[in-house]
Amino acid sequence: MASFAETGPSAPVVESVRVDMVTPRARASLTIRMIIAIIVAVIMLIPVIWLTMTAFKSRPDAVAAPPKVFFTPSLDGLVALLTTRNLVPPAELARLQADPGKLSLFQRVALDRGMTIIGPSPYVGRLRNSVVIALTSTFFSVLLGLLAAYAFSRYNIPGKSDWLFFILSTRMLPPVVVTIPIFIFYSRVGLRDTHLGMILLYTAFNLSFSVWLLKGFIDEIPKEYEEAALVDGYSRMRAFLKIVLPQAMTGVAATAVFCLIFAWNEYAFAVMLTQEKARTAPPSIVTLQGTGGIEWGAIAAGSLGFLIPVVIVTFALRKYLLRGVTFGAIRQ
Amino acid sequence: MNVVPLVMSLYYSFTKFSDIAGKAPVWVGTLNYQQILASPEFWSYYATTGKYALLSVALQTIVGFSLALLLKAKFKASGLITTLILVPMMLSPVVVGQFWKLIFNPTMGIFNQLIGYWSTNVTTSPQWLTSPTLALWAIVIVDVWMWSPFVMLLCLSGLKAIPDYLYEAAIVDRASAWRQFWRITLPQVAPLLLVAVLFRTIEAFKAFDLIQGLTSGGPGTATETIAVKLYRLAFLGTHDTGKASAMAYIVLIIIIGISNVYIRTLNRVKGDA
Repeated sequence: MASFAETGPSAPVVESVRVDMVTPRARASLTIRMIIAIIVAVIMLIPVIWLTMTAFKSRPDAVAAPPKVFFTPSLDGLVALLTTRNLVPPAELARLQADPGKLSLFQRVALDRGMTIIGPSPYVGRLRNSVVIALTSTFFSVLLGLLAAYAFSRYNIPGKSDWLFFILSTRMLPPVVVTIPIFIFYSRVGLRDTHLGMILLYTAFNLSFSVWLLKGFIDEIPKEYEEAALVDGYSRMRAFLKIVLPQAMTGVAATAVFCLIFAWNEYAFAVMLTQEKARTAPPSIVTLQGTGGIEWGAIAAGSLGFLIPVVIVTFALRKYLLRGVTFGAIRQ
Repeated sequence: MNVVPLVMSLYYSFTKFSDIAGKAPVWVGTLNYQQILASPEFWSYYATTGKYALLSVALQTIVGFSLALLLKAKFKASGLITTLILVPMMLSPVVVGQFWKLIFNPTMGIFNQLIGYWSTNVTTSPQWLTSPTLALWAIVIVDVWMWSPFVMLLCLSGLKAIPDYLYEAAIVDRASAWRQFWRITLPQVAPLLLVAVLFRTIEAFKAFDLIQGLTSGGPGTATETIAVKLYRLAFLGTHDTGKASAMAYIVLIIIIGISNVYIRTLNRVKGDA
């Protein structure tokens, strides 16, 4: 083979590798790093794995001492979480057990504990509340946030940075500080323990966040596109809808998902401002109590079902996580 | 929605008022503030909060920064592992508190088993949630588990932004790895590290969900931080709204102070990047 010095470069050099980064020693250190990282990741995930296991343990297994690592999977927890059950009289029990084919899966699980399902548990309704409140408030906070962020990004608003700091201030306070007056106010106007009240509160609460995050995304879109459109006779609104919005779509999606997680996970406001009608899932998971002590299986099943969407979203959002947690201040 | 509550609670903080008593607020001037500032109990909540904030923020910084140093190099599946480590941060604190309660349980929990108390002899193993001294540590442990990934995330972005040529120049100059760390890595990451520390400090003052889920402030008042105490004062027992508002305002002033520093740091970092 002709040496490089004689022929010159035969192809453009597009990538250079530092020699000291490909030596066996450097490679070995990377492998060691990977092994340590895997061990750390496993340790970090033990609680989540344990939760998953507990969710599928039968009732006695869930509270076994010492804790059981190997067990037969069971739907006990899930059934306890989602249904209200009654004890079945022995005669009836024998009759039902004789012909289990007709019964649904849940009915059969309940029957193994000598019970029959009489209806859904209150938790089902609370989960529905969570979904409704989280989705609606996210929609409004992103919509309003988008308009405000556009204004903050494109117009010269007097005292802009003060306003931006000010709308963030409620985010910085302990929720209890904010809740006391809201509690009194809501009690007066009849918004306490209503879906509307919670949606309003979460919208306002998330709005500050969505303005900050969306402003960052909109700032990145070059002004020149809109200016060109405005010169061509577009109205501001039309320029916003046709030019800014399509380019800001990823940002909008990321913001929406962050708002969704905040509203979904929120506990403090929910526990203080709701009782029955509009109570969301997080405060109810804490108070899940069965007859005869804490139903750990049910709590684990509830927590797991509650956490799975968040885990999926974390993966979907991984590129924007940093931006989200720093209110859009740091972009990478 | 942002202003009205704050103005209202400022007013309540100068009154004797309970929202469930059905009586109009009675103006008492600065009495609430005087009572709060004069009571040793009040300072003990600050001590608890401060201790918790200091311990957990310090540990999170160390653990998070080490994790970032570990994960900064690109290796197989490093992206996946990073995301997996970030999962705890996104979870609902109250749910996290709830299931850590099971993990910490001395008889059926897994935590004691993992740290080496294999025996089923419950009396000798640590009682994480029922011992007044250990309960705060239990909260710190969960907090570190949950939020070290946050510090890691910030540090990681700082580390990745350090230009390679700085290290190359250092190697040419034969600077030791130790010296490279102190002279290049640390100063370059410092602003982001500061952002992380300030953010976590503010959050520690707010800490409510996690503590409520894990210990509800107990045993006794051992883990009653300001936020938990405020909740107990305002929404349990006699609903002492006036006093709670006054206490809330003291917290508010402290936090506004810290967050001012925080925002200023953030703006500076933004300017650099």
